[in-house]
Amino acid sequence: MAADQPSYWEKMKQHGYSRRDFLKFCTYISAFMGLEASGIPRVVMAMQTTPRQPVIWFHFQECTCCSESFIRSSHPIVADIILDKISLDYTETLQAAAGHQAHEALQATMKNHYGNYIMCVEGSVPTGNDGVYCCIGGRTALDIVREAAEGAKAIIAWGSCASNGCVQSANPNPTGATPIHEIIRGKPIVRVPGCPPIGEVMAGVIVHVLTFDRIPQLDGAGRPKAFYSKRVHDSCYRRPFYDAGLFVESFDDENARKGYCLYKVGCRGPVTYNACGIMRWNNGTSYPIQSGHPCIGCSEDEFWDNGPFYNHLASFPGFGIESNADKIGLTVGAATVAGVTAHAVYTNVRKRRLINQEKLAQEKQGQPDTGNTES
Amino acid sequence: MARIVVDPVTRIEGHLRVEAEVNNGKVTDAYSSGTMVRGLEIILQGRDPRDAWAFCERACGVCTTVHALASVRSVENALAITIPPNAELIRNLMFCAQYVHDHVVHFYHLHALDWVDVVSALQADPDEAYKIAKSLSPWPKNSAQYFKSVQDRVKNFVTSGQLGIFANGYWGHSAYKLPPEVNLIAVAHYLDALEWQKEIVKIHAILGGKNPHPNYLVGGVPCAINTEDANALNAERLAYVGSLIKMGIEFVEQVYIPDLLAVAGFYGEWFGIGGGLTNYLSYGDLPTNGYGDPDRFKFPRGVVLDRNLNEIHEVKGDDPDQIREYVTHSWYRYAGGNDGSLHPWEGETEFNYTGPQPPYEHLNVEDKYSWLKTPRWKDKPMEVGPLARLVVGYAAGNQDIRDVVNDTLQRLNAPASVLFSTLGRTAARGLETQLVAHWMQEFYGSLIQNIKNGDSRTANTEKWNPSTWPTEARGVGLTEAPRGALAHWIRIKDRKIENYQLVVPTTWNGSPRDANGGLSSYESALVGTPMANVDQPLEMLRTIHSFDPCIACAVHLHDPEGKHLNRITVT
Repeated sequence: MAADQPSYWEKMKQHGYSRRDFLKFCTYISAFMGLEASGIPRVVMAMQTTPRQPVIWFHFQECTCCSESFIRSSHPIVADIILDKISLDYTETLQAAAGHQAHEALQATMKNHYGNYIMCVEGSVPTGNDGVYCCIGGRTALDIVREAAEGAKAIIAWGSCASNGCVQSANPNPTGATPIHEIIRGKPIVRVPGCPPIGEVMAGVIVHVLTFDRIPQLDGAGRPKAFYSKRVHDSCYRRPFYDAGLFVESFDDENARKGYCLYKVGCRGPVTYNACGIMRWNNGTSYPIQSGHPCIGCSEDEFWDNGPFYNHLASFPGFGIESNADKIGLTVGAATVAGVTAHAVYTNVRKRRLINQEKLAQEKQGQPDTGNTES
Repeated sequence: MARIVVDPVTRIEGHLRVEAEVNNGKVTDAYSSGTMVRGLEIILQGRDPRDAWAFCERACGVCTTVHALASVRSVENALAITIPPNAELIRNLMFCAQYVHDHVVHFYHLHALDWVDVVSALQADPDEAYKIAKSLSPWPKNSAQYFKSVQDRVKNFVTSGQLGIFANGYWGHSAYKLPPEVNLIAVAHYLDALEWQKEIVKIHAILGGKNPHPNYLVGGVPCAINTEDANALNAERLAYVGSLIKMGIEFVEQVYIPDLLAVAGFYGEWFGIGGGLTNYLSYGDLPTNGYGDPDRFKFPRGVVLDRNLNEIHEVKGDDPDQIREYVTHSWYRYAGGNDGSLHPWEGETEFNYTGPQPPYEHLNVEDKYSWLKTPRWKDKPMEVGPLARLVVGYAAGNQDIRDVVNDTLQRLNAPASVLFSTLGRTAARGLETQLVAHWMQEFYGSLIQNIKNGDSRTANTEKWNPSTWPTEARGVGLTEAPRGALAHWIRIKDRKIENYQLVVPTTWNGSPRDANGGLSSYESALVGTPMANVDQPLEMLRTIHSFDPCIACAVHLHDPEGKHLNRITVT
């Protein structure tokens, strides 16, 4: 990267943003990245000095929902930053050039910024039949991704396709669709699952890399902790209804109109790690549960094969956590806590009884088997 | 003769490759190939039909919601489920929001760079740009300072040496005709549209929980109505939708339509290029009296043959003699032989790749050359999309459509025949956006009125439980994606999906030849396209992008002796 390129702050100034706007932006981004207030000056410093980061963005077996989500990133200045602060040198969805001119742009970045570009991948890579199920410019996705990964500083696997294979890898995975981390070894890979991921999460991941010149802290599954460390269930605003054993029994019933918990109509919130409940979608407007539909668990590995979506989960780790919490409450033993805890234990027992009854009823009615989707 | 290969075709969704023969500066033959496949139809077998919408919606993250709509309708059709009026209205609102969003994004972010020379905007006089903009539209954001700031921004891009998405564009190409000031206005609105598009989709977030990929439900819609609860569609949520609709209409009328007309004014010759096929198919949509009454759809259903606007032919999704798919030139195998065709209820999806082993330089276009199948209506190729919807609507005598088309033709002082062209297709997209934006407001009004009248139903769950279903059932769900006629066919057996087939707009428009050698829309429309510079396929992109493809492709060039002029560098 040329040293004389303007920094983020310089570019923002040129675009008429005030210092105040800039600091507001840095604070916003810091909050997004889950930083303490003490971390803000570092963000400010980084944004003042960092030039534009070359980025290559591939599209393989995908539906482009990740790109669409990315451009929905809500804060106005975030959208500007993404256009102006990274150098998006190859992206089939938005770039002006086509055909060989597009390939030349790609080749130039891989050569001129070897070891320094970020490679973003949207889509899985088909490995079946020597990769003929996805070809670009007469080459297989498999060939292209291997070549480009060599000079990449870091790899971001956008969405469930690149992170876990998503819909095309669902049983029986006819094309051998494979996530990126199973193809590329020895490179830092950030997995950002979701179908698609929330736009602000995508922007947040990019800005983290730009700001600190390193990838964000990841969990055991390679996902940024800042956005994927909590279950949707844990942050769900309908959680009190769950705890009280108040459930939607069928869509559009009285309970649905009161916004009760969607667990019994199939909600995957208890087994899904994502920030939907906290950040919500489209600038905090809503999220699936808020708009009346159960979470389908789109950020979890193999979620397509964990259906049918509208059959409720037979059991999930959450029960354990909740009963542990109850036990902890009981051992504390304080009189004031005891009353609350007794209630919680009672509602959990009642809830489990309700759920078990429902399960038996479903079995009698002959609903399709859970999870068995073989053709 | 030169063979031009464009791969990837960019600024589209998916992977499309075009190979074209060029003679004396014109395209004389073209082959369109989809180079990626995922096998959704295979994956859907054996699953719960109520889940199908979620799988199918992932067919496209750009036109996102419409696949879910076709899917839930196919299941409802199979199980004879009628959805409540509010659910129909909410689905219509989501449909309309999708159109308004998608068409604006297409015009500015996927199509505009075919007509707008970004680099030329540097030469513009911002004061002059403002004068022009003011004469076109009352859009309050337009001002000399504003255009100046955008120009500075472009200058930064160009001088930084990092051109990003504008790298290697066809800047300075002789086919660019706009004055610098109009280029500057268009670039400014490219950025505005990027800001605007993330707002209008909030209609999906409110009604379907998120965008892209909002949620659907067999039997209705998942969002519940309760004016007395914070957790449901109440006055606040509805007012939010209302204000977004208003914002949508403003942008379409004050920015998109004026820009479209301004750009079109400089490219008049493109009203005579790229017409292609003469047959148009529309399934119609936007029911005003329930999905079961297509005569009262906002977009009429039907087929127009040979551009004859005086006759309209009936379209039936369940008639085995009407819609059928070929795989003669597609990488699939039919059990009964590759030259036959199948109705989607009997459709087969078995991969059979017989193309060249990658890396390859060109496809064997005499044989199979695409992952797209080839659908035909009564064995005829059809164009689908905004132009087809307007043509069918016009022929069906739809007053809204007739008014907007006649008014535009009058303003252009041109006969109806100009619509059958590359620019006609692009203009049709704009006109229908304007129509749909206003229809959205009508549906919104009807929804409010229904709620006021005490109807809060949003789902019919009588047949939710699979034990109520017959052992065998089959259905078809028709809709109109922004890109054209979209339908899903389902066969259900023992409460599971036995067979599922999607026939999508780009399959109609972008498919390879049929068994009789008949060309589809892209191939047909490309024939006759002028090429000022075979190394820079700008004009081909104009025609291809006028269809708003939903797949991906590439181009490399051969010189008149058939040698490569340009090869993709393989390192």
